[in-house]
Amino acid sequence: MIDLINVSYDTQIPNNVGLSSDKRVLKALEKWHPGYINWWNDLIPQNFQKSMVYLRTAVSVDPKGWAKFDYVKMPEYRWGVLLAPEVEGRVIPCGEHMGQPAWQEVPGEYRNMLKRLIVIQGDTEPGSVEQQRFLGLTAPSLYDMRNLFQVNVEEGRHLWAMVYLLQKYFGKDGREEADDLLVRSSGSEEAPRMLGAFNEETPDWLSFFMFTYFTDRDGKMQLESLAQSGFDPLSRTCRFMLTEEAHHMFVGETGVGRTIEKTCEVMNANGITDPYDIDKIRDLGVIDLPTIQKKLNLHYTLSLDLFGQEVSTNAANAFNAGIKGRYMEHRLKDDHQLKNDTYPVWDFVDGKLVRHEVPALTAINMRLRDDYTRDAAGGVGRWNKIIEKAGIEFELKLPHESFHRQIGVFSGKTFDPDGNLLSGEEYDKRKNDWLPTHADGDFIQSLMKPVTEPGQFASWIAPPKVGIDNKPGDFEYVKLYMA
Amino acid sequence: MNKPLKQHLIDPEICIRCYTCEMTCPVEAITHDDNNVVVDAEKCDFCMDCIPVCPTGSIDEWRVVETPYSLDEQFEWDELPAQEEIGEASGVEALDDAMAALLAEAHAGAGGKSKAPASAAKPSVNLYNLGKPATARVTGNYRLTSEESGSDVRHIILDFGAQPFPVLEGQSIGIIPPGTDADGKPHLPRLYSVSSPRDGERPNYNNLSLTVKREEKGLCSNYVCDLKIGDEIKVTGPFGATFLMPEDPAARLLMVCTGTGSAPFRAFTMRRQRSKAGGAGDMTMFFGARTPDSLPYFGPLGKVPEQLLKKHLVFSRQPGQQKEYVQHRMMNEEEALADLLADPKTHIYICGLRGMEQGVEEAFRSISESTGQSWDATRDAMRDEGRYHVETY
Repeated sequence: MIDLINVSYDTQIPNNVGLSSDKRVLKALEKWHPGYINWWNDLIPQNFQKSMVYLRTAVSVDPKGWAKFDYVKMPEYRWGVLLAPEVEGRVIPCGEHMGQPAWQEVPGEYRNMLKRLIVIQGDTEPGSVEQQRFLGLTAPSLYDMRNLFQVNVEEGRHLWAMVYLLQKYFGKDGREEADDLLVRSSGSEEAPRMLGAFNEETPDWLSFFMFTYFTDRDGKMQLESLAQSGFDPLSRTCRFMLTEEAHHMFVGETGVGRTIEKTCEVMNANGITDPYDIDKIRDLGVIDLPTIQKKLNLHYTLSLDLFGQEVSTNAANAFNAGIKGRYMEHRLKDDHQLKNDTYPVWDFVDGKLVRHEVPALTAINMRLRDDYTRDAAGGVGRWNKIIEKAGIEFELKLPHESFHRQIGVFSGKTFDPDGNLLSGEEYDKRKNDWLPTHADGDFIQSLMKPVTEPGQFASWIAPPKVGIDNKPGDFEYVKLYMA
Repeated sequence: MNKPLKQHLIDPEICIRCYTCEMTCPVEAITHDDNNVVVDAEKCDFCMDCIPVCPTGSIDEWRVVETPYSLDEQFEWDELPAQEEIGEASGVEALDDAMAALLAEAHAGAGGKSKAPASAAKPSVNLYNLGKPATARVTGNYRLTSEESGSDVRHIILDFGAQPFPVLEGQSIGIIPPGTDADGKPHLPRLYSVSSPRDGERPNYNNLSLTVKREEKGLCSNYVCDLKIGDEIKVTGPFGATFLMPEDPAARLLMVCTGTGSAPFRAFTMRRQRSKAGGAGDMTMFFGARTPDSLPYFGPLGKVPEQLLKKHLVFSRQPGQQKEYVQHRMMNEEEALADLLADPKTHIYICGLRGMEQGVEEAFRSISESTGQSWDATRDAMRDEGRYHVETY
């Protein structure tokens, strides 16, 4: 009898999928495991590998025993294969097979489509760990360092989750795809990661927070859509991953929020009321709000590109096939097949931006991107509350979705953050007001001084309101290895 | 009047609106609008499934209310409302009348309404009651006193498996003895102080320990003392919201006890040992028993360093020695105690048989007056600041 709730440790790989009685997949995973460990060991600087980090490890997929906190060395983290419990009688929630029992095996006609979705999702997971590999060296506190490593080990686990699906359900080519996930590498000339945003650098902690807020949120939306899949093992995998993804959203939102809080606090303490008094603010060792807005512009727009073309037949096919649903599909009240529905998408007609109706089936990407924007706007509103509470006149805004885009109808056109089309010349002249410059990057970099005293924080960031696992402020979240 | 009830709420200032709790809630008690994520008091059944999945800690908020906050009220919030004063004062020890009455009686010796220390952690109360008890499995039952001592005190370990049972040091739990009373009704739970710290008798296990003395003809104490490993028992609680330890590591603790009254102090001491917070503050214990072999935890206590815990073990029936009671030793330590009484960081705890109260108070009065202070005024001020606690039975 397989215990599908509690995690079994009877193989090297913690799992709740009965690996010990699935010799073929167990063998494939065990073969893949050393490559993964090598990848991890080559990635993160050695002294962190040997440090004791206060991490959360999933010990059960049942909410009550969901996770356990303890000190662990990262290479000894129990990465595993965990699926949310099977829902009895689950049916395909959307598309032409709607209402039929969910697939427990890969439907032949959709094999390639499914494999592609899983490979793309799987490729982002190690990609982000690669992008963040050196951030530990400049962590503004042990608390933040711990959060970074938690994000990293969980992205690592998400890679495991995707690799399991590839090896279990896609035979030989699945195993090859799994191996390739460890071959491609973020920013590599020869074998880069598949999506653009995962080849960008994460050079500093503000970028990391913006990345976890904006780019991991794309990941969350994609996982939400895949959690609606008619292919049940994928749905169950993604449902469990979402619980972990929430922590990444948390790191991003509170990280940016704490940066803003500290800036406002220091401005007030020094009697600075003009948020554009940039030099004076920077001299005090905090990041001025206009620069934070520029970072927001950059990361939000890079993340919008991850949603692909506004009108997409690929997305329509995936929805129609029932292998990828919409955000909160189960809460939507329509026919779940989109036979006659339309959806407004952006287009560019005679030099003007217009939104016009297209068949909703082809606008799946656009719809998910709109859901994303709504979700992302919430946190921006909460950041503004911090500024308002400090009595400073400044408002952070999401730029118009036409600004700084490389994919979709807006790509190659020069819009300003309010959505006005500019001449290329005009855009170039003002670009530095909207996007971070090298000088901005250098300034932020100059603040990235590591702080490793428990309970202490770098000059530019406020402490968190609540500790992880309710720990007190001076808790030693990372016991650093001292060579 | 409506009985106050405990309402589960989410802190809108900390919540990041990831909606993981909403997806997890098995009874769909959690919902959201564009502003907030909120909990419907009519649907929430305290299953606690949402607590561990929250990445922020904003989910673990509770208010005792006479009328629950509606969804619309919660949608409007920018921050959580403060705990309203319910009845005479806040710090509701238990939500069912019988347990509240038992605790009120046990705490009466403080001479007024008890208050929790200012820096105490927030306790959970009444997660389980007679109608919906928790089931615990016995994983240990050890005799703490020698066969010859004539006093059978037991260390009982209970494991709660997957049921959440968060307790703080100083809280009690109720045990329901099996069977019915003369009127054919089920027995009411009996209260026992938890003697292990909040992270478990064994760290990070969902278990706790009790220190129980077998009373002649005691219905529940005999039931508990006779439990075998593997037995399952019905438990209510946790109870108690004032007899708690300060989180402030600089706080100084003065603990006076007899017999099984040592249970909460074992928990306090282990908590400080495990969190290594003993350095800045300090702890002093006066512990009375008839003889060393009838003093619970005599062996383990000896291993606690004096630096962490100054121990005064006092015996009243030690052959060949003069009878000594805790109040006698307290008088001998007059200077150290006067220093403690004068320090605003000091928290006093008295726990044990009701009979000890009078002698201990007299000792305090005498020490207080020797420095020209009125004991009643000192005690009342300390109590109102959450620094004077009595639990006797």
